[in-house]
Amino acid sequence: MKFGSIRRNSSTPRIEPRIAILSGLIAVIMMVVGVRLYQLQVVQHQQLAELADRNRIRINRLPALRGLVFDSHNRPLVDTVPSYDAVMVPEDATDLSGTIKRLEKLLGQPGVAARLQDADDDDRPAYEPVTVAEHLTWPQVVALETHQLDLPGVSLQVTPRRHYLYGSMAAHLLGYVGEVNEKELAHLNGYSMGDEIGKFGVERGWENFLRGNSGGQEIEVDSVGRRLRLLREIPERPGNSVQLTIDLDLQQTVESALGDVTGAMVAIDPNTGYVLAMASHPAFDPNVFTGGVTPAQWHTLMTDPGHPLENRVIQGIYAPGSTFKVVDSIAGLMERTLTPDTTYNCPGGLWYGNREYRCWRKQGHGTLSLHRAIVESCDVYFYQVGAKLGVDRIAHWANILGLGAPTGIALAHEKTGVIPSSEWKRRRYHERWYPAETLSVAIGQGYVSVTPMQMAVMTAMVANGGTHYQPQFVREVDGLDGQPVRTYPPIIEGQAQIDPNVLSIVRDAMCDVVNGPGGTAHKAALPNITVCGKTGTAQVVAEKQGDRTKENALPEDERDNGWFIAFAPKDHPQIAIAAIFEHSGHGGTFAAPAVHDVLQKFFAEHPPPGTPAIAPPPSLLPPENNPQTPAEEQAQAGDQQQAIDQEQAADQAQAAEQDQTGDAGAPAAQTDDSDADTGETTADADPNADVDASAPTTESDSDADMGAPADSRPSPDDSRPSNF
Amino acid sequence: MASGIDRRLIYHFDWTLFALAIAIASIGVVSVLSATWTGLHHTVSPLVYHQIMWIGIGIALMAGAVLLDYRALGTYAYPLYGIAVALLGIVAVAGHSTGGSRRWINLGVLKLEPSELAKLALLIVIVRYLREEPPSGGFRLRHMIIPALLLVVPVGLVLRQPDLGTALVLMLIGATLIFVGGLNWRTMAIIGLAAALVAPVGWHYLKPYQRQRLVSFLDPHSDPLGSGYHIIQSEIAIGAGGDFGKGFLQGTQARLNFLPEQTTDFIFAVFAEEFGFTGSMILLGLYAAVIARGIWVARHARDRFGALLAIGITAIVFWQVAINIGMATGMLPVVGIPLPLVSYGGSSLIAMMAAIGILISVNTRRYLF
Repeated sequence: MKFGSIRRNSSTPRIEPRIAILSGLIAVIMMVVGVRLYQLQVVQHQQLAELADRNRIRINRLPALRGLVFDSHNRPLVDTVPSYDAVMVPEDATDLSGTIKRLEKLLGQPGVAARLQDADDDDRPAYEPVTVAEHLTWPQVVALETHQLDLPGVSLQVTPRRHYLYGSMAAHLLGYVGEVNEKELAHLNGYSMGDEIGKFGVERGWENFLRGNSGGQEIEVDSVGRRLRLLREIPERPGNSVQLTIDLDLQQTVESALGDVTGAMVAIDPNTGYVLAMASHPAFDPNVFTGGVTPAQWHTLMTDPGHPLENRVIQGIYAPGSTFKVVDSIAGLMERTLTPDTTYNCPGGLWYGNREYRCWRKQGHGTLSLHRAIVESCDVYFYQVGAKLGVDRIAHWANILGLGAPTGIALAHEKTGVIPSSEWKRRRYHERWYPAETLSVAIGQGYVSVTPMQMAVMTAMVANGGTHYQPQFVREVDGLDGQPVRTYPPIIEGQAQIDPNVLSIVRDAMCDVVNGPGGTAHKAALPNITVCGKTGTAQVVAEKQGDRTKENALPEDERDNGWFIAFAPKDHPQIAIAAIFEHSGHGGTFAAPAVHDVLQKFFAEHPPPGTPAIAPPPSLLPPENNPQTPAEEQAQAGDQQQAIDQEQAADQAQAAEQDQTGDAGAPAAQTDDSDADTGETTADADPNADVDASAPTTESDSDADMGAPADSRPSPDDSRPSNF
Repeated sequence: MASGIDRRLIYHFDWTLFALAIAIASIGVVSVLSATWTGLHHTVSPLVYHQIMWIGIGIALMAGAVLLDYRALGTYAYPLYGIAVALLGIVAVAGHSTGGSRRWINLGVLKLEPSELAKLALLIVIVRYLREEPPSGGFRLRHMIIPALLLVVPVGLVLRQPDLGTALVLMLIGATLIFVGGLNWRTMAIIGLAAALVAPVGWHYLKPYQRQRLVSFLDPHSDPLGSGYHIIQSEIAIGAGGDFGKGFLQGTQARLNFLPEQTTDFIFAVFAEEFGFTGSMILLGLYAAVIARGIWVARHARDRFGALLAIGITAIVFWQVAINIGMATGMLPVVGIPLPLVSYGGSSLIAMMAAIGILISVNTRRYLF
């Protein structure tokens, strides 16, 4: 170093080396800093960048609009209506207490302050809106909207709400929705707390189709949670709509025919298995469940002695009573223990074993053959038929006719009923079958139990020649553009090998039950249509079949429930019905007339070809007999206009070839009077028109077979975009 | 002689150091702009204009420092020191307090932060003390009494603010100078041991939040929303920068107010988030260049006074850079230390530029004896 001339001691510490040491220390520390920066910015970059995003990005879910449910004529049965809630961001309210007071006054209800307090107690993050009032009435909505300026921080939030247009009509079939619970959250993908999920009926079975995909928004927030801007948005996709096989008008007729009586009625198309109407009474109003059912309401529903939540069509098990004689007849004829000419004498009772089994007619029927025995429903005749057959052969044919097994309808909790056999009894009670018990079975009492659905299917089989169609109530699922995403053609469960002559014999007899002398169901007769059926009267069978006293046959007029099964017309039947009226006595008294009303309505709209008083083409029918949606009428009017024009053109041209005349006008218009079975949709009446139509989606058929019974839930479709 | 001196001064002017200082200060302006580019309203904050203004004043001071003979500092060392201490005293009594600490004197148009001044004043006064060659074997304990007293007063006053960071820097500057100045090794060991023993006592005197800061330095995640928050957010911001950063004004952490003290203590995080590892290395490189230059000047200085002055100034820059970046990256507890020439703050900026000016002066005048 070039410092002055001070002579230095050699042991004086020199500055130069110390500077060197300092430099070294500095270099080391700078390198450590550099390495640390490398570690943060290169090595840990990914992870720290993620944390940065988590800081500032909030996800806002956009729930999807649930799909609608239509009847076979595309009339809406279930839709979604907006529900208005009042929400408030207290941080944005400049005069909080004043705003609360004004809000409570406008709403006409207190509790706003309490709701805000609750939210704060629950550690509400800053700037997060609090719901202060729900399901506002329209006047409340208007009041809030017009006083916006006086209510800073308050806004309206619209949430979609499920709406069942016809209240309790077809409630058990349509089902209801509710908030997803813990179990469902654990087992199913794509649901978050607070989501709506179908709990029952179509809402549940077709949940995956109806649900749609929720979308979402990525919103950037600052460190106090204030929302700054939208970063990314995935639009939601509304659910598909479901078209049922149910005819709204027929359903309403069925429900009013049931009236106040506890019971059930179901009508199916014997050629396809499609359910035309299904009603169980007492029922409930599914609208109660939307927006959350209160514990009090739920309690009322659960403890109501009428069990309104039970769908008696598939869950009600009853002794079939005399309707079971149809089974006996077929069994006997097929097993050749019986012929149309076999006669037995009925003096009013039969001694078997060591006791008398009585006929409902105390004075007896005298000597009769099969036809009259069915028509007049003689018990004694069938005691004999049954005794000769034995319970196992009866069971065999009962099973062939679909009894004792689930029908396969896609509704949960279907019961199978009981068709007893000697093996069944040994398994169940560890006892042998006593022949006397067969007598009870023969007249549809004792251990025998069936559901109305099974009876309808059996009636359909008798009507159509032995084909067992699986009952279905969904015709197709449509996408947003109205195009079908999934269709449900008829499913044949089995074909019973029954001699057509045998069926013909039974059918003839059933027709005379309604139309012939001595028949027990005259009240079901229609003037122009040959209605065929069978009455039955029986006691309600308790759930626990262990009550052995039921095996004793009781005279018909002492029993409780009235059955009536029917199909019409006799040739080329179009409808099969099973109806049970609890506690109303004889089947012919109440059940039959109810069915009559239903059939009358049905045939007014679906006149069978070739019947004498054929209804004129629907275009000329007065509107009340042929209700259509305005759009259908429009289309029809257009077609009519077209027809008229063409007719005039044809007249002027005088060309015989131009068949596009008045006749053509009729078929074109007739498409609107659609055959319920084919379920044609009218494109104009597309109720989805106001829903945001995104690109059509094609769903692959990966949903589990809808025929799967009971509680199996169809698995989610993997080809759909994942829920946000 | 004025013109002669002027020309040689200009001729030998250390443009490198000057350029480096301006470069770093420019990065500072850019960072302050980013740090104040918050919320939705995109207007240039007045803070940016303040920063530019102070850089201007600093440049003027720098020119003045170059014209001045640095040896004059030796003459005025004690008075300067006295003024600094007096100012610190005023702060302690009548200072403007924010966030639990009194650091400023509000003079109406500007806020004066005496601690920054104190760093420079202390540096000068210790160098003044050490300007004589050490005795044989180096400075002994008895020689350390005066430096200790010189240190204790400002450190004590600063600790009362309370400003742990500045106290630490003052002590480090003192230690560096004493070490380079010729402290006997054994004495050094004794002092080191004594400091270690005294530390627990020091802990007792720490305020709770300062203790919490030390604890959360060791584990920031033990109190992520409280004392660990700063460190975690800073690390996230720096790490989120990645290789090349998010881009100018694109840093989200600062813009959205996730970073605390983003114009001052954590301004490095703002810069690092926007310019990434590349930017960090460049800035670190610029500082390293300044420090290296400072060391070079020290080794080539004309006299011991100049050399020590250069060392002291290098120490101010180095220690503050190391502690500030160390804190921002989570290697050190959070203490409020500005990043030289970058952090927003007039007192710091002016003091730093004056210091660089002195350094330039030392370098320039080595030709002048």
